[in-house]
Amino acid sequence: MMRADGMWQRTRRRFLAETAALAGAATLGLDSHPAGATPASMQAAIRNVTGEAKLNKGKVKIDVPALIENGNAVPLTVSCESPMTQEDHVKTIHVFTEKNPQPNVVGVNLGPRAGRASVSTRIRLADTQKIVAVAQMSDGSFWSDEVEVIVTLAACLEGA
Amino acid sequence: MIAAAALFVTALFGAAVANAAEVPLAERKSGYEFMARETRAMQDDDTANPAMFSVLDGETLWQRKDGAVAKSCADCHDDARTSMKGVAARYPAFDAALGRPIDLEQRVNVCRAEKQQATPFAFESKELLALAAYIGNQSRGLPIDIADDERTRPFLQTGREMFIQRQGQLNLSCAQCHDDNWGQKLAGAPIPQGHPTGYPIYRLDWQTLGSLQRRLRNCLFGMRAVSYPYGASELVDLELYLMWRARGMPVETPAVRP
Amino acid sequence: MARALINVPAKAKRGEVIEIKTMISHTMETGFRPDSTGRPIPRDIISELVCKYNGEEIFRAELFPAIAANPFLTFFTVATESGTLGFEWTGDNGFSASESVNITVE
Repeated sequence: MMRADGMWQRTRRRFLAETAALAGAATLGLDSHPAGATPASMQAAIRNVTGEAKLNKGKVKIDVPALIENGNAVPLTVSCESPMTQEDHVKTIHVFTEKNPQPNVVGVNLGPRAGRASVSTRIRLADTQKIVAVAQMSDGSFWSDEVEVIVTLAACLEGA
Repeated sequence: MIAAAALFVTALFGAAVANAAEVPLAERKSGYEFMARETRAMQDDDTANPAMFSVLDGETLWQRKDGAVAKSCADCHDDARTSMKGVAARYPAFDAALGRPIDLEQRVNVCRAEKQQATPFAFESKELLALAAYIGNQSRGLPIDIADDERTRPFLQTGREMFIQRQGQLNLSCAQCHDDNWGQKLAGAPIPQGHPTGYPIYRLDWQTLGSLQRRLRNCLFGMRAVSYPYGASELVDLELYLMWRARGMPVETPAVRP
Repeated sequence: MARALINVPAKAKRGEVIEIKTMISHTMETGFRPDSTGRPIPRDIISELVCKYNGEEIFRAELFPAIAANPFLTFFTVATESGTLGFEWTGDNGFSASESVNITVE
């Protein structure tokens, strides 16, 4: 790094910035940087389900802790208001994330036999991000909810 | 028992080492109490706790004939629900032949080698963890009860010294976090008191079952201190001290922890 | 076969909405984790769970790598008649597992 003063300072600053970024990425456990989901790819995944149909806000509720202890197993419940009758029920529920390596999480088929439109599972979250749930009703309409969650890490990370 | 233990602490450690105050017995809390409501729910429901798969595996292994003499654990120990009740709560325990305490995983391997004439299971292997989880589960709810006598005292002392010594690049001791600053936050996560009430645990960070020794090695790594290989006497001494420090607290095996 | 744990009430009243809890042992390797050389470990996940009530499908789920290890899924169904609830999991590398529980509906 033997250069004129000006060049050395810029290079050192960049080096520090890059190291900090690497350290940051390392603490997130992302040793490689796969092309992750982005808000755009999440929108594309959602459109895959809804097509050109309008996405209404409401009727769907995502239940997830606001502050996550560990992104490896996050409890998630998605429920929809619906009488779950033959004439009026939830057909499908899909869940998406914005910053995981890929945007899909789970997709379930329900129907009047479900009795209640509520599904729970445990998911992985790579980072603090948005979760979106989309439900399709028997009349073909789409409804959604979205939440922002904060993901923390264990204080002492495992080495070997 | 508690009075004797208290005397032991003051007599042995009182003046000897200038150290932080231990957590008073009445103020001890399991790591369970520092977890989110949802993580606690995972531990409370045997059909939602992934560690139960290992307990079921352990139950199968208990019946499996193995080794040169083709014997199973059950052949000598019968129904684990009776014979193993309270056993894990007493471990690590002094082994007369070896002249020092050994932990439950080591005890299982001693049995495998001597009674079954089978190859000992590797540390952290699926089988060894499953048996430790199964045997530990038979003590669930029972109070931890570590022997405190002339034989175990020197090893308790070593374990305690390891707990309070500053070490590693951060010059940090276990006690500084887990005796002095439990309940405070470190990088957003609450610091528990460090009682090994539920081992082997399903740690969300590992997404699998793991032993106390694995957790201790993690901690030492996190402190940027020299770690010890699995089965090292240093780790067993520390395990012994930690279990003694948690005396009277109920066993939770298999616990879930973040 | 992988171990599965099912939690369903043994008895229910006709028309009652009951909760079904399922959990199966599986690492759910995402395909994004690097090994010690830096190469991604190949994806190996359970991708589908189907539940049938006396042979009729009442629930189907498509799972992605974002589902945590040892997939845990709970859902509801209306207790219509006594019989059997059957669960089938399928996934990568020909993974297949099944479990069934009986239910008495009065």
